Amino acid sequence: MAKVAAEVNRKDEQENVATLYLDGREIQVPASSSVLEACKSAGIHIPTLCHMDGLTPYGGCRICVVEIEGQPTLAAACVTPVREGMKIQTSSKKVREARKANLELLLSNHPLDCQLCDRNQFCELQDLAYELGVRKIRFEGEQQHHEVDISSPSVKRDLDRCILCGRCIRTCSEIQSVFAIDFANRGFESYISPSLGLPLGESVCINCGQCIHACPTGALSEVEHVEKVWDALNDPEKTVVLQTAPAIRVSIGEPFGMPQGTISTGKMVAALRRLGFDYIFDTNFSADLTIIEEGTEFITRLTQGGVLPLITSCSPGWIKFMEHFYPELMENVSTCKSPQQMLGAVVKTYFAQKIGVEAKDIVMASIMPCTAKKYECQRDEMRASGYQDVDYTLTTREAARMLREKGINLAEMPEEDFDEPLGLSTGAAAVFGATGGVMEAALRTVYEKVTGETLPKLDFMDVRGMDGVKEAIVDVKGTPVRVAVAHGLGNARTLLDTVRAGEVTYHFIEIMACPGGCIGGGGQPIPTNLDIRMKRIEAIYNVDKSFPVRKSHENPAIQKLYEDFLGEPNGEKAHHLLHTHYSCREKM
Amino acid sequence: MFYRAHVLIEMTSNSIHLGASQVKERLEREIAQAGLSNEVKVLETGPLGRGVPSPFLMIYPDNIMYAPVTVSEVREIVSEHLLKGRPVERLIVSETAPALKEGYFRPSPLAKEKRVVLRNSGLIDPGSIEDYIAQDGYQALGKVLSMSRQEAINIVKDSGLVGRGGAGFPTGLKLEFTMKAPGEEKYVVCNADEGEQGTFKDRLILEGDPHSIVEAMAICGYAVGAGEGYIYIRAEYPESIRAVEKAIESATDTGLLGDGILGADFSFQVKIRQGAGAYICGEETSLLESIEGKRGEPRIKPPYPPQAGLWGKPTAINNVETLANIPPIILNGADWYKSIGTPTCPGTKVFTLTGNVNMLGLIEVPMGITLRELLYDVGGGIRGGRQMKVVQTGGPSGGTMTPDMLDVPMAFDTLAQFNSALGSGALTVVDDTHCIVDVVKNFCEFFLHESCGKCTPCRIGNKRIVEILDRMQRGRGRPGDLDLLRILGENMKTTSFCGLGQAAPNPLMKCLDYFQEEFEKHVTEHLCDCQVCEMKPKRKEVGV
Amino acid sequence: MEAVKGENLVFSEVDEILEKYQNERTPLLAVLQDVSRKWGYLPRDVMGYVAKKLDVPSAQVWGAATFYSFFETEPVGQYMVRVCKSAPCHVLGAVNVLGTLQRELGIQVGDTSRDGKFTLQATSCLGVCGVAPAMMVNDITYGNLTEERIREVLALYE
Ligand SMILES: Cc1cc2nc3c(=O)[nH]c(=O)nc-3n(C[C@H](O)[C@H](O)[C@H](O)COP(=O)(O)O)c2cc1C
Ligand code: SF4
Ligand code: SF4
Ligand code: SF4
Ligand code: FES
Ligand code: FES
Repeated sequence: MAKVAAEVNRKDEQENVATLYLDGREIQVPASSSVLEACKSAGIHIPTLCHMDGLTPYGGCRICVVEIEGQPTLAAACVTPVREGMKIQTSSKKVREARKANLELLLSNHPLDCQLCDRNQFCELQDLAYELGVRKIRFEGEQQHHEVDISSPSVKRDLDRCILCGRCIRTCSEIQSVFAIDFANRGFESYISPSLGLPLGESVCINCGQCIHACPTGALSEVEHVEKVWDALNDPEKTVVLQTAPAIRVSIGEPFGMPQGTISTGKMVAALRRLGFDYIFDTNFSADLTIIEEGTEFITRLTQGGVLPLITSCSPGWIKFMEHFYPELMENVSTCKSPQQMLGAVVKTYFAQKIGVEAKDIVMASIMPCTAKKYECQRDEMRASGYQDVDYTLTTREAARMLREKGINLAEMPEEDFDEPLGLSTGAAAVFGATGGVMEAALRTVYEKVTGETLPKLDFMDVRGMDGVKEAIVDVKGTPVRVAVAHGLGNARTLLDTVRAGEVTYHFIEIMACPGGCIGGGGQPIPTNLDIRMKRIEAIYNVDKSFPVRKSHENPAIQKLYEDFLGEPNGEKAHHLLHTHYSCREKM
Repeated sequence: MFYRAHVLIEMTSNSIHLGASQVKERLEREIAQAGLSNEVKVLETGPLGRGVPSPFLMIYPDNIMYAPVTVSEVREIVSEHLLKGRPVERLIVSETAPALKEGYFRPSPLAKEKRVVLRNSGLIDPGSIEDYIAQDGYQALGKVLSMSRQEAINIVKDSGLVGRGGAGFPTGLKLEFTMKAPGEEKYVVCNADEGEQGTFKDRLILEGDPHSIVEAMAICGYAVGAGEGYIYIRAEYPESIRAVEKAIESATDTGLLGDGILGADFSFQVKIRQGAGAYICGEETSLLESIEGKRGEPRIKPPYPPQAGLWGKPTAINNVETLANIPPIILNGADWYKSIGTPTCPGTKVFTLTGNVNMLGLIEVPMGITLRELLYDVGGGIRGGRQMKVVQTGGPSGGTMTPDMLDVPMAFDTLAQFNSALGSGALTVVDDTHCIVDVVKNFCEFFLHESCGKCTPCRIGNKRIVEILDRMQRGRGRPGDLDLLRILGENMKTTSFCGLGQAAPNPLMKCLDYFQEEFEKHVTEHLCDCQVCEMKPKRKEVGV
Repeated sequence: MEAVKGENLVFSEVDEILEKYQNERTPLLAVLQDVSRKWGYLPRDVMGYVAKKLDVPSAQVWGAATFYSFFETEPVGQYMVRVCKSAPCHVLGAVNVLGTLQRELGIQVGDTSRDGKFTLQATSCLGVCGVAPAMMVNDITYGNLTEERIREVLALYE
């Protein structure tokens, strides 16, 4: 990957520049730029809808049109390459009228009930109508109508709000390489359809929710668990336990106007406690637990000749992807449940015993950056306690919605701590939220367990950052351990294909379904883009640094859990509660 | 064996359903009974067009045509004409085409007719490669194989041939771009999607002279350095598909396709791909998407197909009629070609006459003929002695010609000057019994149905336009509707992604200007002078 | 599987089709055309099978199948009647052709007759405008349609 970047840089250096005249101003841009890029570099704002950084240009919405001298038609800036000497008008009367007309056309096929939409105030279509000063929709007529698709446990599709920008399709295919959805029909009757015209829940969709981030409107959103959680909170018979994922604390401030990348752990706990949860635990606790279990599994495989590379299993989107597309790697995937499910199982057994409440009276809710977690908690395998281990999963967005309904402004909260004993964690658990984090946390523990020595340097910089596939060789006392990290399933596919072809051998691979890892999950606040992902990652590493203890095996609460309840890592009880199995699915 | 006479019978999708098979069967039986089997040979041929009623019989060397022929007339033709040598005057050409009657006695009957691309159609057995070869077929291929690629391309360039698929791009340049594009793997594609309504010239060429296309594709293949050619034929043309299949087969058997063609270091094969009912797949990049097994949505240009086409490789895409010009150009030279047509737009054009004209059919004439000549001399005038209202050229994406344009020379450049377009050469004649709102709505509905849906202005704009025209037809037009139509049309024209959307409002915009009063009457008075539109509310009002 | 036959039998027939195109690059549409010819429409399970065999995402197979107007995703009548409604036919009375067919078949555009014999559809230019107004029944084109001739043609299929 680094090589590719270097090549790109070299190409840039060699590249010619083109001189353009933007609104009469002369500027120079790389000759390979699009008009949109050129405008951006000159600080000229061009409104867009179907365009999204990181996806191939599409040119469908025709909002970004500009006027190019000598051309009878207007050009879509996002798909028009610059040419030497081009004279471009970006806000002439013709341009402004055309943009408005196309936006009005889109609106004429769109319900006008923003108040009822969960993207109200976070909608690009709404913003654009305001930005372009649309005060009246001149066109009217028949609107396309589709039933809302709630067949998926994770993603709700309300196609009446779809403007056919195709960003979801390109995200699903280009970023995730899942190809679960595509355009269907043609012309005015076009719509977005999952595999074979089936509902999304019956398709190969792996529930990652990345298409939700891509969607400029309210057409795609999560399947909500908000009402169910409210019902539990209002039920005096129930003990309602909450867990919050590592990636939430660096993003939940955003919907409350806090700067991107703010760490708001204490405020978050305080705010959530005011919603009425009986206990608030930290998924970071079970992230440490995961490292103990998975680390042990890795060491066993490494030293006793098990199937390698071992591949991480905490990302339920990746798990479903593997079951559909790489079933032959099933043996490679760790049998460890994800931290969410581990904590659920521990709460409904160990903790239930401890507080003397029956598991059936405990409602386990979670706040996750992830839509696939909604699906994971409903899998048949996830009932180690005899009940569904995790009952409801809220996305970060849903959590913010609940707080808003209760009138709680997170930004103004005091700092409070998680509840004991399942609220205690280490810096190793914190980094789970970023791509490379699980690998880094595991290496910290594996190194010390195998060598019996203290790790000289805790930070594994090679596995950090936004490169799609990252590699490192870690010297574990003379044994070179080769590891790789991929985030975004398109990158994972690239990596796994080289593994499958036997081109490279690794010992340990981390795969996260979402770009950037969980901080970029499909349940995170909108917007989530590259820039915001990087800020959240930075915050994650700051959380790590703020901990006195930064290795999972040094978490005293974890040590006590094994002593009091679980016994040995990978032991019988641990296996029953904390491990799972997978099944082969149709590739379609 | 030497035959005294050849009888060509039209075997096309259409003629078969008008009884051609039965006629042929009867013909062979009668000939055998008359003991003429060794003297008279029956051959199948493609359509002739030009408004000839189907099925027709053409008798050589007498150059006499009977059309349409029914089973019951066969005996008389055999016994009188073939046996006794007395043409059956009564049956020569149908009564419906008196103006052409004389024409069928002699080759090149109409003063203006000039057959280049239709040189063999209706004259040879399209299923016989020998027939084609006998008409100098595959000689052009042999000729280019002894030239360099550039030399071959230069001939086409010098000839001034421009694409006949509608866009009018210089064919030689396109071949040159493809030839010069970097890369080993290249393709030649023949666009036989012919979806422009009112157009059926490509079908006639494919069914009447399929070898001319196979040969032309091989020539282009050699010129650009391609080893494979694809011909994309619309599914509506099963007969064309069969004809081309057969031609490919016999050319391959004869060694005119395949490895080391004519002993040269050139290998080429042709494959057929079928459309599946999508007009947009005539657009060259949509067509490529379709061959690649995808939805036929147009691609972003640039890159253009000569840079990156089929499977991302340099590709020369040409229309059927364009290709049919290439062998004669190679054989006769650029100067010969330039001597036909106008100085700025050489060559011939095949026009198809459809709609309210006396003689439906097609004719190939040099560029520069006027609409008046086509309508009145060739087409025999408007049906029922009515007046012309509009003539749509090149289908609804082409140009709209109003009566004031009857004398504009028909060529790519001249029509463009008049803000019109030659397009595919289809002429759809609409007489004055038709309501302009109704006709325009019909055109717009076509685009609504055929829009791929990729871009906003075309996907939703077409819908809104049809809705407005529809309410005007039902007497529910609103003040301001005409302005809305203009805004929608202008927006579609200037902001659509591809040629379909950009051209879709052409007839609407032109007619809004030319027939403004008629449109206004629909809106303000709820009146349709042609009494085509129902105008329901108005009638109710009258009744009250 | 909506098709009447046993599943394996159907898939072996699909295999035959696939085999025909095994040396072709991107043969999806050609395969779908053959499937459609065989069953009159594209059964969902067959599309899924084709997707798997050709390694094309099934969402894309569906996208293509629904893009082209000659592909049906639901069962249709034994005979598909497609009436041209483009301008050259329109100005020569395509409306009457549609009207006559609707009357004769007792169905509206888009419907299938109760006996499962005919499906009626309107379509764009069939490229036989020289004999307008025109229609297609399955693979065969009929032109110069008058009320009488329509009845004659329909009789061929009764
Ligand atoms: C909407 C649309 C439909 C088209 N349909 C056809 C067609 O049916 N046949 C054709 O040859 N060209 C068609 N074209 C033109 C092709 O894009 C392309 O210009 C042509 O195949 C090039 O061949 P030529 O240079 O020989 O004309 C169409 C273009 C557009 C925009
Ligand atoms: S949730 Fe993920 S896999 Fe499913 S459709 Fe959206 S992007 Fe594709
Ligand atoms: S669902 Fe959203 S992202 Fe997908 S095409 Fe529709 S508006 Fe665009
Ligand atoms: S103009 Fe737009 S919607 Fe219309 S056919 Fe072209 S790309 Fe498709
Ligand atoms: S943003 Fe350029 S066309 Fe949509
Ligand atoms: S318009 Fe009907 S066949 Fe061409």
